[in-house]
Amino acid sequence: MYTDLEIDALKEIGNIGAGNAATALSTLLSKKIIIKVPQIKIIPFDEVSKSVGGPEKLVVGIFMRITGDVDGNILIIIPERDAYNLTETLLSKQKDRNVDFSDMEKSALLELGNIVGSSYVVALSDLTKLSLKVSVPSLAFDMAGAIISFPLSLYGYMGDTAFLIDTEFTEGLDGTKLHYFLIPDDESLKLLLKAIGVNTIEHINPSGNGGI
Amino acid sequence: MSISIRVGMAEYKAAKSPATLITLGLGSCVGVVLYDNFAKIGGLAHVMLPDSNLSSKKDYNPGKFADTAIDALMQEMSKLGANERRIISKIAGGAQMFQIKSENNIMQIGKRNVEAVRTKLSKLNIKIVAEDVEGNYGRTIEFFCESGELTVKTIGHGTRIL
Repeated sequence: MYTDLEIDALKEIGNIGAGNAATALSTLLSKKIIIKVPQIKIIPFDEVSKSVGGPEKLVVGIFMRITGDVDGNILIIIPERDAYNLTETLLSKQKDRNVDFSDMEKSALLELGNIVGSSYVVALSDLTKLSLKVSVPSLAFDMAGAIISFPLSLYGYMGDTAFLIDTEFTEGLDGTKLHYFLIPDDESLKLLLKAIGVNTIEHINPSGNGGI
Repeated sequence: MSISIRVGMAEYKAAKSPATLITLGLGSCVGVVLYDNFAKIGGLAHVMLPDSNLSSKKDYNPGKFADTAIDALMQEMSKLGANERRIISKIAGGAQMFQIKSENNIMQIGKRNVEAVRTKLSKLNIKIVAEDVEGNYGRTIEFFCESGELTVKTIGHGTRIL
């Protein structure tokens, strides 16, 4: 399906986006942020929620739609405990963990999503010279499977697997984590690769171990 | 102890009493339960998308689409001995998890899934006896082939028995 070269190029796209997003997040939280090397995942739909703790795991999901020269979705997944930690940092106030997120806490998380999402896409846009727009973020606090299924289900028309670039952000001291998924629409993947000069004509690798 | 059979995204499975069929974290997807009360045979399909005609591949998995999953599930149930004329249905799911304004109706995939499931069931003359659909929250559902009960669990929206 994709060659090593294409996968590396997509990882690099993810890296540059994540680098910029991490800087923005670090400024927002006044804390050090560590990012893992982005992972390119081409996996069956059912396995996606495993990477964030299983389909029934309670998480905050922040969704944004990318439109412009290429289309796609951004989904930020923050496990329950980590979302509590983040709201406490953002609002400098202890969170009562027995009650749902207040409107104030939700807007703080939405703002975080906005900043992380747009700084990632700005870097992507600079790199590829593509014109990209990010929608207003929307938040859900629910089961991971329910949240993730929406952007993934659109892949169902193309095949039985989802394509996503998964980057894990960790806040150094207390290990607060969030997952940033970039989920480009199928056609957009080719356009993304083309924009950074990687040719996506189907080719056969003579060594036989290039594709995945 | 009865066996609990898990149905993943885009899968469909049939089972006999006392087994239960379970699917976790339904969002925009729809869980379609078919049941032959007399034979105590149940089936559950985890439908992702409304329409197989929009599939870009010809050799798609029928479990993905509302218009093909229900036929496939009926066949599985018939193999176990269910009688098509006795089958009734219960449906759950089809939520819109995120409120996004968009000119593109892909954002309303949950609602469209529910509509497609209804259309297909009505074509097959299968009656929907209970439902818990749409809204903006996720659901975990479990169907008990013995009693014909469908439990719908949510976070913050209670548990219901259909």
